[in-house]
Amino acid sequence: MRKDHNDVIKKIDLVALKIYNDLEKTEIPCIQLPIRSKSNIEFNEKFNVWKYGKNMIQRSAKSLDGAYMLLRTMYMIDFIKEMIKIKKSSTLREMYYISEGWDYAKFHSQNESNSLAEDLEVITSCMREDFKLRPEEDGARVIGNITIEELTRNNNKKKIHCQDDVGDSGYSIPYNVEPEKLSFKSADVDFIIAIETGGMFDRLVENRFDSSYRALLVHLKGQPARSTRRFIKRLSGEKNIPVLVFTDCDPWSYRIFASVAYGAIKTAHISEYLATPSSQYLGVTPSDIENYNLPTDKLTREDIKSLKSELTDPRFQDSFWKNEIKLQLKLGKKSEQQALAKYGLDYVTDTYLPEKLTEMGMVKK
Amino acid sequence: MEKVTAHDLAKKQKEISVAEFFERNKHILGFGNQTRALVTSVKEGVDNGLDACEEVNILPEIYVEIKNNEDGESKLIIEDNGPGIVKRQIKHIFGRLLYGSRFHSVRQSRGQQGIGISAVVLYGQLTTGKHAKVISKIQEDRPATIMELAIDTNKNRAEVINQDIIHWDKPSGTRIEVSIIADYKRGKRFVYEYLQSTSIVNPHAQITFKESDGTEHIFERTSEMLPRKSVEIKPHPYGVELGTLIKIAKQTKSRKLSAFLKNEFTSMGDRTANAVCEKAQLEKYLNPKEMTREQFLSLHKAFKKVKIMAPPTDCLSPIGETLIKRSLKYETKEISPEFIITASRPPSAYTGNPFQVEVGLVYGGNLPMDANVRIIRFANRVPLLYQQGGCVITSAISSIDWRRYGLDQKSGKGMPSGPAIFLIHVSSTLIPFTSESKEAIADIPEIENEIKLALRICARKVQHHIHKKVKREKIKEKFELIKKILPEIANKSSKMLNKPLPSLDAVITKIMDVVWIEDFIEYEKISKKVIEEPVQMTLLDNKSKQHDDGTITKSKIKVINYKRSSQKFNLYVIIPEDAIVGTVKPKPTNINKNFIKWNLDSIPSSEKVDINFELAGLEEGDFDENDIYVEDINPSYVIGADKWEGE
Ligand SMILES: Nc1ncnc2c1ncn2[C@@H]1O[C@H](COP(=O)(O)OP(=O)(O)OP(=O)(O)O)[C@@H](O)[C@H]1O
Ligand SMILES: [Mg+2]
Repeated sequence: MRKDHNDVIKKIDLVALKIYNDLEKTEIPCIQLPIRSKSNIEFNEKFNVWKYGKNMIQRSAKSLDGAYMLLRTMYMIDFIKEMIKIKKSSTLREMYYISEGWDYAKFHSQNESNSLAEDLEVITSCMREDFKLRPEEDGARVIGNITIEELTRNNNKKKIHCQDDVGDSGYSIPYNVEPEKLSFKSADVDFIIAIETGGMFDRLVENRFDSSYRALLVHLKGQPARSTRRFIKRLSGEKNIPVLVFTDCDPWSYRIFASVAYGAIKTAHISEYLATPSSQYLGVTPSDIENYNLPTDKLTREDIKSLKSELTDPRFQDSFWKNEIKLQLKLGKKSEQQALAKYGLDYVTDTYLPEKLTEMGMVKK
Repeated sequence: MEKVTAHDLAKKQKEISVAEFFERNKHILGFGNQTRALVTSVKEGVDNGLDACEEVNILPEIYVEIKNNEDGESKLIIEDNGPGIVKRQIKHIFGRLLYGSRFHSVRQSRGQQGIGISAVVLYGQLTTGKHAKVISKIQEDRPATIMELAIDTNKNRAEVINQDIIHWDKPSGTRIEVSIIADYKRGKRFVYEYLQSTSIVNPHAQITFKESDGTEHIFERTSEMLPRKSVEIKPHPYGVELGTLIKIAKQTKSRKLSAFLKNEFTSMGDRTANAVCEKAQLEKYLNPKEMTREQFLSLHKAFKKVKIMAPPTDCLSPIGETLIKRSLKYETKEISPEFIITASRPPSAYTGNPFQVEVGLVYGGNLPMDANVRIIRFANRVPLLYQQGGCVITSAISSIDWRRYGLDQKSGKGMPSGPAIFLIHVSSTLIPFTSESKEAIADIPEIENEIKLALRICARKVQHHIHKKVKREKIKEKFELIKKILPEIANKSSKMLNKPLPSLDAVITKIMDVVWIEDFIEYEKISKKVIEEPVQMTLLDNKSKQHDDGTITKSKIKVINYKRSSQKFNLYVIIPEDAIVGTVKPKPTNINKNFIKWNLDSIPSSEKVDINFELAGLEEGDFDENDIYVEDINPSYVIGADKWEGE
């Protein structure tokens, strides 16, 4: 997926050219891009992931907001070309600060600059990395019996075993996990468990679950960064390892699962790079609340709204999710991964996970 | 059961003393609790002072002082610079209930019952046992009378305890001192509010309020003009009750029924008088003094069956839109409102009583966004502080859907909320209060309807204003777009691509696609002649004199055609009725008392036209916004003006 940078320049120049030509033809300048919302994602049979559909939105200089967007886009394109020329890259946050010098085109929040970078990806079908833009350090952590080879900044290739060569906090996933930077040398694990919270990740590490159950533990750190998702996708695909997602039991966590398995709405233009369609949801499920009699909190109004919205989200239309979400609405409750500690610190590794993994056919009885 | 005879009952039948009457009815009279008692007492005194001054064309100066001792007793002092009261009347006015000069007169005044001030004296006497003190002076070069009074509650007569003459600096006026039991702590806020509100609708009055701790508040006079003096008129047949009709007939000098009708009633000409007689099947030569009850009854019924002209309306003395706006502006200075709007209705009548409605609306500024709107109600220039819920003004406001006009309102009914103050003034020769305490206006359909009509005019103006603001906001953005952003986009893209800068004119007209109207108002002070004699003229008399001194209001309007084709249309600007139009450029097609009209000949694309006019006879700020309308052009093409809907 790495493209020749000349190709990138050609693509972004086309955007500038479109705007220039509009002005030349005395037309109000505008650019089109797919609507980036739940209402416009479609299942892509080829990649088994959810991608943007055909509904387009116009960014036009007819409105002030639209005109500002166009101007910022021009500045951003110019900035990217400059970085390619001098062979540098910048973080999204750095770009946000650099925009201070862009006069009227200056960004007012980092959200604004992040989402414009995404827009540009969508318009040009390039990736952020092509634009020499990187996110803030992710630092999502990995522990398990695999060996990774990473190209360091000194241009050395370094092999890292993700149990023996790392401390208790594990191997930290870099922002670039493409083959020229990172490759998987060996992997002797039965499955990957992607874990939402740091507390639960640390519990499984302390209880040596990676060794006793031949598991690779990945900390998602909430909504997982692109590099974390890409890492999981590559590892799972290249070494044929199933992925299990272990989160809290609330609507936000289901979205974390969806972004790992199906693709996130914000990044649906690159779902085929980031999503692992074979991922399975391990828990905590609303049924678990009942089966394990877990401590709970009441659903807030926001929770209920999100659950209802998930019922109409095309990604949650299978019977498993329909039933679980409806059950949760009926219960009116939510729970956390760490609520399992109700039965003791070892309960999750001794009882809950083994039972769930057996149920899912991941371990034999 | 024991048999009760008429004799037994007779033992219980006796005259009820005014004290007992008062005790039973004190809530109706506004003395229901100790907070209200304080406000009511101040109000009765101040209302009388204002009435008295206006009656003799003196600009009122009212002084109110309250001295509170710790044991709950307050000493109230109210002083005016009115004509004073002749010595022999003092004791009746202050010491006798139901004694007054307004009860039988048909003209607009604050007092209408003859209970007011004597009720205060009685309340003071009943609660503190102390006597009232009155000082009054009727002529510049004569001493004042001072009188100490009590009320003989069995006889409803005044008892003069002490009487003397003293020197008083005032040319003329009246001062009353009464001690009453009152809740000063809680009541003083209401007294303040009452006096402030009074000052809003009586811009010609200067009111001073001295609190018990010595703090002095001065509500300044903002207009040197006395209100138009209301003329006393005869009763209108629609409004007269049977008993009153009989009484008037007994006292009349006319000897024939037709003459009686014409002389004793208003709106009665030969034709109407004959029609009434015919309808009543009464001979028009009948002697009214000899008519029977049945004959009066059919006469009374006939009144309702004949179409009689509405009563004349010069018995009313409305405040006028310009003055309402000016006082509202003055009193809401600290709020710095976004705009102030006024509307008034022509006089109308209910059962023969003329009345008129005026409204004002203050919007925005520091007013709270989420509280109910504030309503200030007035009847004959007197603020109504209590019983808002039971007042026709409230129900009229509640029945309008305010949601379209920038206010919040649950389900489009009830009290709206939002950053607004509503002022409603009803003036009438007889305000139909719901009770003697004169705090709420009864729900008379004619009055409710007029209030609604006035509010609707206001609401439309609000909408016009908001509309204009939103459109202006939007267009401001467009200016930012075409002046700053678009050139930048062109600049950047041509630089990046190494291409020549494209021309933007055509794109700009495509983006704007409107006729743009903007306006400014400036004021210029011009040398004011010294006014020797105190201005005690009516609004109307004063008008001709006003325009050669004071302030000139200069309005400038700029029309820019950002459409792709040339545009030709008519433009109207609304002007206040009491303004005098000076120089107007370019030459207007029409000027009348409400508006100036121009036919704008074809303005080519991207060209502009300047319009200027001057107004005299207004003070700075009276006219602070142009109301601009257009005709013969699609109004959606125009920013800064609305569609002309006809006069
Ligand atoms: N300060 C004053 N100066 C001159 N005349 C006064 C003054 N106060 C009262 N009067 C006269 O005394 C009369 C009685 O006053 P009072 O307040 O009792 O009744 P009112 O004002 O006629 O009616 P209401 O009961 O509605 O107040 C008035 O009608 C007026 O003629
Ligand atoms: Mg009175």
